[in-house]
Amino acid sequence: MFTELNSILNATPDSFTQGEFILVSDRQSDASFLIHHFLSFYLRSFSHYSAISQSLGLIFQEGLKESLSILIPQDTTTGSQAIGCMSMSSDGGGEEGVEEWGPPVLLVDDVSVLLSLGVSAGAMLDFSHYCRATVCSQLQGNIVTLVRCHREEAEDDGSDGGSEWLLKGLVHQCSLTLHVQGLPTGYCRDIHGQVEVCWRRRRGDGQHTQKKLFQYKVHNKGASFFAPGTSSAVL
Amino acid sequence: MAAPVNSVGKPSAERPPFNSTSFQKKTRSKLISIPGTRPSVQNGQLLVSTGVTSLDYLLGGGLAVGTVLLIEEDRFDSYSRMILKYFLAEGVVCRHELFVASAQDNPDDILQELPAPILDDVAIHKPVEQPRLSCEPQDNLDAMKIAWRYQNLPKVQSALASSSRFGHYYDVSKTMEPEIRQAAKCHRFYLPEHPTQSSTTHSRMIESYSALLKSLQEVIHREGFDLSTPMSMSRNILRVGLHSLGSALWNDDLSCHDDPMHSHALTTFLYGLRALLRSSLSVAVVTVPSHLIQDRALMGNITRLCDNAIALESFKGSERETNPLYKDYHGLLHVRQVPHLNCLASQLPDHKDLAFKLKRKQFSIERLHLPPDLSETVSRVSRGELAGAAAVASACGSGTSGNKHLDF
Repeated sequence: MFTELNSILNATPDSFTQGEFILVSDRQSDASFLIHHFLSFYLRSFSHYSAISQSLGLIFQEGLKESLSILIPQDTTTGSQAIGCMSMSSDGGGEEGVEEWGPPVLLVDDVSVLLSLGVSAGAMLDFSHYCRATVCSQLQGNIVTLVRCHREEAEDDGSDGGSEWLLKGLVHQCSLTLHVQGLPTGYCRDIHGQVEVCWRRRRGDGQHTQKKLFQYKVHNKGASFFAPGTSSAVL
Repeated sequence: MAAPVNSVGKPSAERPPFNSTSFQKKTRSKLISIPGTRPSVQNGQLLVSTGVTSLDYLLGGGLAVGTVLLIEEDRFDSYSRMILKYFLAEGVVCRHELFVASAQDNPDDILQELPAPILDDVAIHKPVEQPRLSCEPQDNLDAMKIAWRYQNLPKVQSALASSSRFGHYYDVSKTMEPEIRQAAKCHRFYLPEHPTQSSTTHSRMIESYSALLKSLQEVIHREGFDLSTPMSMSRNILRVGLHSLGSALWNDDLSCHDDPMHSHALTTFLYGLRALLRSSLSVAVVTVPSHLIQDRALMGNITRLCDNAIALESFKGSERETNPLYKDYHGLLHVRQVPHLNCLASQLPDHKDLAFKLKRKQFSIERLHLPPDLSETVSRVSRGELAGAAAVASACGSGTSGNKHLDF
């Protein structure tokens, strides 16, 4: 859990907004450190429910292991089966969450892998819509997903249209976006990239978006976020 | 992202049952010592050598067990094939098992071309009996007078001596002797030998990839590389070398068409391969002819599905071959991706402009050095043109705008 990011997002393990759909995306860089942040953040908040702290019941849907049974036999599955088993697991988690625990959190690491396995972007958008309806609205839980894009090509070819379309579609569905990119000036050892945080809040008068830009550096103990130009290497 | 498995350090539930005494020797690490491996200093992963020591250094000490190294081939597949042979040769020297798959050349041919290890401190275990040791008068002649304590040690060191060293050097002008090569166990997959079954229902993978994945899974399960099987006395590593995946010879049209029909075949295969590797004691090196794949986004997906990725760009046949700036090197090496297993930060090399040279006894990778420009009037080729449009998959900005370097 990165404390600086918590202060940026105005969230603590004790109090965070529920029913949020958080989208983490990256372009030509690696945003998985943010997934680590959210994972430890929600684990920390779950531990406050002392009664259930023994059986946290994290459902690590290890897609990698499950996929082997699907991929190797010859007469099987399309990507829709992968979606099917993911939706079953999220339903299971959701129901248990209502009975015993607090609001559930669905953390999907790398939705783009599903795209490269052949699932269409439309199916992914449907899936995220149903997840949002179940987890966020019905169960008041949170969803965090990671989408990885390649650099946007000038021509609009269909093959990676999937990743960009999915990102654009998800951006409209979510309430908080963290977009990770490399520095526009090139590779730097001390500043690993920039994060653009975008809140999409629904006020009475319509959508209200607020954007902030930070630069970050990842080290072994965590990540530090700072305003552009205030890196410790520069000052 | 699946967490890489490092369960060789699993607690005593899987210890061999003969350990019945209560005395537990305190070892520094719980890792079972498999010959030819060492734990990483950064994150405790079990590493194997790729056979090229400078490449080991770039990858953070070696190739972690359970990961995939993707090599984007150079135009004529000469240096990528060389690195694949180094990888397999290292497996032979460390007594690992090999699995070689190819659609183009017979795996036996690839295995016969392995470079010979440089043997100053690696001795081959000759299966021939040594009659000198038992013969009495010879012993008296060879009796040591000063170092008599060492007299009773075996005269020919067994090949276990080689396993204590991590990373060996090879002489590419000679091929490995057949005795050494036959001592290692090799599994082969040659695509023309596997008839394609005509199945009506196609999974996302095409038949050649599914057959390869199935064959690899069988080998892993049969030979006991699975981590789920109960631990026996000795464990070994399986080195998997897959040559030129994605080329047309694998019945994949990824490199033939701009809009391939099987656009997800290779990515699905790589996903399945990683699933297999994560749950077993194996390492894979995959070469892909990326210069034939037009879709850069697809190449990006393929790179992200592998843990380590490097790209080779040789100067042969290009106008750079005659460029005096490059005369010391055979090509450029781009590190596309380095994994960060069990830690947050990744260790990318500090320098992005790396060049390689295949020397007779070493494959050296070093930073591209520009010769000093002593003349005042000669205009130097700018760095942006030299390094090319290599986009590194790290948190660095767009590579093609490297021409607009910030020049102070």
